[in-house]
Formats: sequence, structure tokens, C-alpha cells
Amino acid sequence: MSAAPLKGVVEGAAALRAGRTSALAEAERALERLERTRGALNAVLAVDRAGALERARALDARRARGEALGELAGVPFALKANMCLSGVEANCASRVLAGYAPPYTATFVQRLLDAGANPIAIANMDEFAMGSSGENSAYGTTKNPWDVARTPGGSSSGSAALVAAGVVPFALGSDTGGSVRQPAALTNLAGYKPTYGRISRYGLIAFASSLDQVSPFARSVADVELVTRVMSGHDERDTTSLPEPAFAAEPEPAALAGLRIGVPREYFPATLDAAVRARCEAALAELERGGARLVPVSLPHSEHAIATYYVVATAEASSNLARYDGVRYGPRRDGDGSLQSMYAATRAQGFGDEVKRRILLGTYVLSSGYYDAWYRRALKVRTLLLRDFERAFERCDIVAGPTSPTAAFKLGEKTDDPVAMYLSDVLTVPASLAGLPALSLPCGFLDAGSNRLPVGLQLIGPARADARVLALGRRYQQLSSFHTELSPLAREVAA
Amino acid sequence: MSATQSTTASAATAPDPARWKGWIPVIGLEVHCQLRTRTKLFCGCEYRFGAEPNTRTCAVCTAQPGALPVLNREALAYAIRAGLALGADIAPWSKFDRKNYFYCDLPKGYQISQFDRPFCTGGGITLESGHRIRLTRIHLEEDAGKAIHDRGAHTLVDLNRAGVPLIESVTEADVRSPEEAHEYLERLKEILLHAGVSDCDMEKGSLRVDVNVSIHRPGEGWRKRVELKNLNSFRNVAAAIEHEIARQIAIYESNDPSQQVVQETRLYDAQAGVTRSMRGKEEAHDYRYFPEPDLLPVQIDAAFLAEQREKLGESPTALRERYQRELGLSAYDAGVLTASPAVSRWFEECAKLCGSPKDAANWIQNEILRGLSNEQRPAAAIAELRVTPAGLAQLIGLVQKGTLNVPGGRQVLRAMLETGKDAAVLVRELGLEQVSDTGALEQWCREALVGKDKVIADVKAGKEKAIGALVGPVMKASKGAANPQVVTEILLRLVRELP
Ligand SMILES: [Zn+2]
Repeated sequence: MSAAPLKGVVEGAAALRAGRTSALAEAERALERLERTRGALNAVLAVDRAGALERARALDARRARGEALGELAGVPFALKANMCLSGVEANCASRVLAGYAPPYTATFVQRLLDAGANPIAIANMDEFAMGSSGENSAYGTTKNPWDVARTPGGSSSGSAALVAAGVVPFALGSDTGGSVRQPAALTNLAGYKPTYGRISRYGLIAFASSLDQVSPFARSVADVELVTRVMSGHDERDTTSLPEPAFAAEPEPAALAGLRIGVPREYFPATLDAAVRARCEAALAELERGGARLVPVSLPHSEHAIATYYVVATAEASSNLARYDGVRYGPRRDGDGSLQSMYAATRAQGFGDEVKRRILLGTYVLSSGYYDAWYRRALKVRTLLLRDFERAFERCDIVAGPTSPTAAFKLGEKTDDPVAMYLSDVLTVPASLAGLPALSLPCGFLDAGSNRLPVGLQLIGPARADARVLALGRRYQQLSSFHTELSPLAREVAA
Repeated sequence: MSATQSTTASAATAPDPARWKGWIPVIGLEVHCQLRTRTKLFCGCEYRFGAEPNTRTCAVCTAQPGALPVLNREALAYAIRAGLALGADIAPWSKFDRKNYFYCDLPKGYQISQFDRPFCTGGGITLESGHRIRLTRIHLEEDAGKAIHDRGAHTLVDLNRAGVPLIESVTEADVRSPEEAHEYLERLKEILLHAGVSDCDMEKGSLRVDVNVSIHRPGEGWRKRVELKNLNSFRNVAAAIEHEIARQIAIYESNDPSQQVVQETRLYDAQAGVTRSMRGKEEAHDYRYFPEPDLLPVQIDAAFLAEQREKLGESPTALRERYQRELGLSAYDAGVLTASPAVSRWFEECAKLCGSPKDAANWIQNEILRGLSNEQRPAAAIAELRVTPAGLAQLIGLVQKGTLNVPGGRQVLRAMLETGKDAAVLVRELGLEQVSDTGALEQWCREALVGKDKVIADVKAGKEKAIGALVGPVMKASKGAANPQVVTEILLRLVRELP
């Protein structure tokens, strides 16, 4: 059987609609590719083979009866392990939730199911989405299909690896401080974090509630856009979701004439990898040749973004993760028989080091006597960061810069230095703190020994300007072909 | 009201300082009331007292990962109505906060509550004496579940109650005696019942009271305060305060350095009539409050506020004044009939139908309320009666027309309460139609006069009241069916006719 992948979400859905392939064939091929890459990538925590095949057969039967199917009918995809699909294990790559299968389905997953998309697997991740390399999973590290000795980025490491290896045409990640954009940059994918509230969080297992946003990976911007539109729109189960319905796509600005692209000097610091800088500058030059105007802007509080992020996110996490106490779900350790010792034993053995580090940090910044100096001050800086962007958007339509300060680094390279690891997110957390739509898309490669490693360009728009960001991304992909290049593993699997 | 007036009124009615050997108690009350909404505060589960454990739960109230809270607008409306009924200021915008602590009955590891922006601030209740108990605040929060420790080796957890909406009202330390605490609670309950926001039923846990008590000498600063919990009736609240004051006085006056009043929580043991320290279980809590990121801040606009004001209806005080002014009831009767909105509604309907508020008030107080098995719950009990306001009005009508006498009416009402049948039907079934047929009555009266020469002589000498002694035997002969008025008239006529 050929395991050749669908060309993408938009084209694949069209092929399925035209009857050139079937949902069952696509599900079987995706499962086949998944098995072939499983050993090399360790990108998967659970496979819903029976469910996937059953859904595929039902879709094909409905299509055969001439029923109108959804926009994504028969397109296979993967979920991150912090997403709820009723009855399928969602353990957040943590021992504390080992065996936990949610009793309900997330709103965004349900919307994809209603559109006919077919979830086949649950992807590996950094435990509770805390990490930038995939190395914090309790179930082993995910590898990068471009170089299996390197990280695919994190925390949505498995989702990125599965799409970059050509296993599925799209996968869902969650982006709290860059957890989709950074892995997208490191694996040559489009990764899109919508405006905060664009997609309901109901059924996304929380890390930091005020930052978490469901975000898709695919090879093209058009693909992530279609998936985003299907999932977006107000959900009465999430009162922080935007009150408006799904956004409509904008045509790509063909001439780019008059489009002002803001280039913040803070996004091109001295520490930026020289090759990454060169690729991003080349991409901006390409857009300029296409008619856009480059405008220097400043986001002066960016240097405080990482510190602010690690206060706000860990504070919320310390509270969000309090429910993992062994009382209602997950493995329970009894301790000496007292309630306190049961909590201590369950959590000590259930959580990994990075999660513990962040719970401690978050507990500290909310503690009486420290709240004002840390948490309250972080909220103030968060407001200043938002103002920075508002001021910049008075002078430009879109802000552009690199997504990650480096290309994919070697596994193990930063595991002993948490702060160095945190700095991987330096260019992605500002848009997260400001709740803005941000897209990472391929903009070239750099040479690393025998391998080429992808570089990502980040486009950030004003709040709710999702359609604008995505339209510019589509336009760039008309001018460039980096996104059409496949990872070595994807080429191998497709053969 | 000016501050001077308040002080004057207070001073005039302050408890006698000799009562506690010159010590002055300082008491504050924290009352949790469960709101009588259809569903829980942040999910669609319907709570019912006594339901099978863990059957009134869902992904949200059992804290399944990824589930999110959605504010119940009905709970918000009730919280605002409670604030309005108690004269509080309603905040134009408010927010929820997380109160973080670990306990097995708290599924999320935090309680969604309100920290620095409660829905209501200020307000209060003025006691009969004129002394006002001021409210600090009223906030809205979710209840925890229930941990059950007395069923074998394990603690069992029931999450049915988890997420049920509560309002917590906190008074200033204005309460000065156990009696004032009791009166405040009675008035608070009455107000919340009339506002229609809570059942205020302590037995079902829908009203819970915690008390803070300290004592000090006149002119000196406040001393350590003790929190009292586990108070399951207003009577126990008063008794626990009384006991706690005495305990603190004894410690301070013992001059024994090994005895100290410490800031702590004590549980009241109603059986033994003592409070016991909870020490060991309680540590200094740092709840790490922070704004709940899963819920948007709440704006209270003028239209919403106006709507709640309209739905609030008459306060018990206004109702009492109206009953006295318009219906001519005594202050006592008006008080009894307004203790619960269910009773006052029942009364008003009956009074309208029978045309005599006073008669309706008498019958309801003497015959209906007195007979209710559980005086704690007249609201629930009166709704479950087999007699309707219209049914009682019909009975009162029969008595007014003279078809029935009062004792007969009581007998019929008892039967109505038992069988649910109509008054008219029961009058016939019980053969209680008053006998005004003078033929039969005259015969019984003549028989009653035989040998009663002393009575006859007294009546002839002008002491007409003496005839009363003979009415009873005639009533007895008629098996209660005679009209006593008519009997009296016949007896007097017969005496006058005697030579
Ligand atoms: Zn529920």
C-alpha cells in the first residue's frame, strides 16, 4: 500500500470531495505513516486506530449516499495530549494524569469532528505544555524530522513532528508563550496562534489560562487558516472566547502596495543567530520587493517580556495544576495515610522537575508579601507590552521578525540550564502576553553540518486582525517556496 | 442618620456592663446563605438536598481538566437582590478571584470567590432597639463538596454540593450580646426569605453562621478574637457566644499565665454546651488570591439593577407597617404573619377571599401556624398543607354566617388538614351545622333549667351573666351543634317567663 501523504489540508479536502481518495484510505495511510515513523520520532502518546477507521467508514458511507459533508471531511489530524476527545487518553505527557481519559470532548475538537476531520492520534508534548524542546515529557523526548538528534521545539513537539514528517496534513498544538510558533519555525511549518479568545479553550487542559490558545500546524498558511476558521467563533462554554462568530478570509494583498511592515529593533538583538537574522532580513526584503514598505518600530518593553511571562504563567499554572491531587483521577500515592501526605506523594511522584519548578515559582509570586512585588508588577508590565504594540500599530499594519533566536538545537543542549531554555521564547512571548494573532512561517534554511535546518519568520497583527496576518502569510508563500520543501523523514516516508 | 443619633440609640440600649463583670464583648457574624437558583454557580447541574452522592455533578463541578466555569446569571441576580434588600451599595463592576487551598472536598484546589471587588458593600440591619449592625460586604462564591469522615477507614467525598452558589455576608463587629446576634440572624433570615433569594434553612445547610468573639475592658483596645464554627441553630449561636464570653473572662481573670486566649477557631459542641479548639487542623492559611482568569469581570448596568430592584418586592418591615396601617392588625400579628414570605402570601390571599383580615390572621395564627410540625420551615410547611387559602376563607365564611360555631370550625379545619376535603362537605359529614331550630333548643334549655334555682334567682335579680353556667350543658346536649348565642337568648327568655 502506498503511504503517500495528502498534499495538504485544502487540497486534500478537495481530493476527498472529488472522490479521488476516500476517508478510509487516508486514515489507513496516515496510520501506516505513523507506525513507520514512531520509533524515529516518539511523537505519539496514543493512537485511536479503531475510532479513526470507524469515523472514516462513516464519512465515506455518508458521502456515498450523497450527503453534504463538512469542509474537512476525511482529513486525518493529530491532537496534542492536553486536548479532550471523549474516552481518549489525554495525559498531558505527565505521570500525574497517566490513564486519564476525559469524559467529554473539547469544543474545538467537536467543531473539527463536525467538519469531518478525523483525529487519529494524540501527540507527545512537554509535560503540561511547559518547555521549549519536547524534553520535558514523562514519556520520552520527541525528535525533529529534519534531524533526529535535534529538538523539534516545544511544547507542541509531537504535533509539529507529525506534520513535518508528513504523517498528517495538520495537527493541533497549544501556544501559551510560543509553544506552536517556535516548533513550527524549527520544523519548517506554518504555526498559527490566533487572537486570544478566537478559539474556545473549553477542553484544552490549562497551563496558563490567560495565555493559552489552541493553534494549528500545517505546511501552508492556507491550511492553518482553514483549520483555524473551522475552530473559531464564540463558545458559550468559554466566556473568555470572543463574542463574534468565525472570521472570514481576506484575499491576499496581491501587490502589497501600501502595506506597512513594522520591524522592531528589539527583535533583531545582537544575540540573534547570524544565519537566522540573514534569512529573516532576506524574507523582509522579498516582501519589500513585492511592494510592502518596511517601517522601523520599537517595542521597548520587550526585554521584560520573558520575566513577566514567567511570573504570570507560573502563577496561573500553580493554581490550574492544584487539581492534580490524586483524589478524583490519575494515579494516587497514599503516603503515610494522611490527606497531606497523599497530596505530597501523589504530586511529588506525578510531576516532573520543570512542572515542579514552575508550580513553586507561581506559588511564590502569589504569596502574601510577594504578590505586589511580583504578580501585580507583572500585570503592569503586561499592560505596558500591550501599549508598545498599540503604539507600533499606529505606524504599521503588521509587525515582522524572527520566530526563534536560533534554529533547532541539539537535544540535551539546554536541559541543564532552564534560563537558557526560557530564552528560546524571547521573541514569541510578547505577542502571547498581548493576546495578539501571530503566525510563524518558513523563510529559509541554514546549514548545520550535513543537514539543512529551517528558519521561521513571525508575523504579528493587531488584536482580531487574524484575517490580515493570514492573508499576508499566504502572499509570502506565493512569493517563496521554502514551505514546499519536505524534511528528510517525510521524503523517506512518502517514498 | 447621623452618627450622634446612632451612638445615642446604642448607648441607651447597650447591654448592662455588670452582666459580664465590666467586660465588653465584641462580636461579628459571617453568614453563608445558599442561593435558591435552579442550577449551580458555574455549571448546569441541579442541586437537590439529600440526592444520591455524586449524582449532581458534571465535568465542570468535578474539576475535570480543561473544563471551564460559566457564570449563572440567576445567581448574580439573587446576589444583587440580597444586597439591595440589605441596603448595600452595588458595585458597577466586580470580578471573581481564586482562593487557593488544598482539601479533598475542593475539587479544583481553589474556590472561585471574590476578594477585593465584592458585588455588594455596606448596608446593614437595624435591630428593634435602634442599634444598627452594619454589613462590611456581601460576596458571591461557590460552595465546596462534602467530606464524610465517619464511614469506616476512608474519607468519602460527595461533590453534589460543590459549585452551589453562596452569598457570604460579613458584619462589622457591631454585635454586643448573644441576644443581638440572635435578633440579627432572625432579621437577616426574614429579609433574605422575603427577597426570595434563599431558603435560609439551617437544617439543610442552606444557612451557615460563623461568629467572631472577643472581649475587652472599656477604654482599652480590642483583644484576640476567637472564631466559632459548627453552629447549627440560632439558639446555638447565642449559647455558643454566651459560653465563649464566659470562657474568655475566666481566662483573663484567672491571672494564670499558662492560660491564654489565642486567635483560633473553636467548634461548638451543642450537647456538652462547650467550645473546643480546632488546633492542629488549622494552620495559618495563605490563600494566594488572584483574579480568576477563566471569567470576565462583571458589569452591573443600570437596567439590570432596576430589574432586580423591581423583582425584590416589599421588605418585611414595609409589609408589617402595611398590615398594621391598612389591615388593622396588631404589631404582634403583623410580625408573625411576615416571618416568611410564603406565610404572608398565604395570609393575604385568604384575607382577601374571606373579607376579614383580622379573622384570617386569627385563624392562621391560632390554627394553622401553631399546628405546623417544624416551626423552622413555615415557608415549606405552609405550601405543603392540604388546606389552601381559599379553603380556609370558605370555612371562615361559614363561621361568619353562623352556620358553624368557632369550636366546630376548629374541628372542621382539623379534618380539612387531614383529608383535604372542602369545609362545606365536612360540615355536613360531621353533622356540625349549628342547631338554631328553637324547638329542639327550647327542649334542651328547659331540661337545663330544672333544679337550677340559684341561677334563676340570680338572673331575676339582674345578674344576667349567671346564665352562662347553663349554656355549657345545652351545648353538650346538642353535641356542640347549637349556636351559643341563640341558646343564651332562649335561656334568658325562659327565666323571664318563669313566675
Ligand atoms: Zn456541574
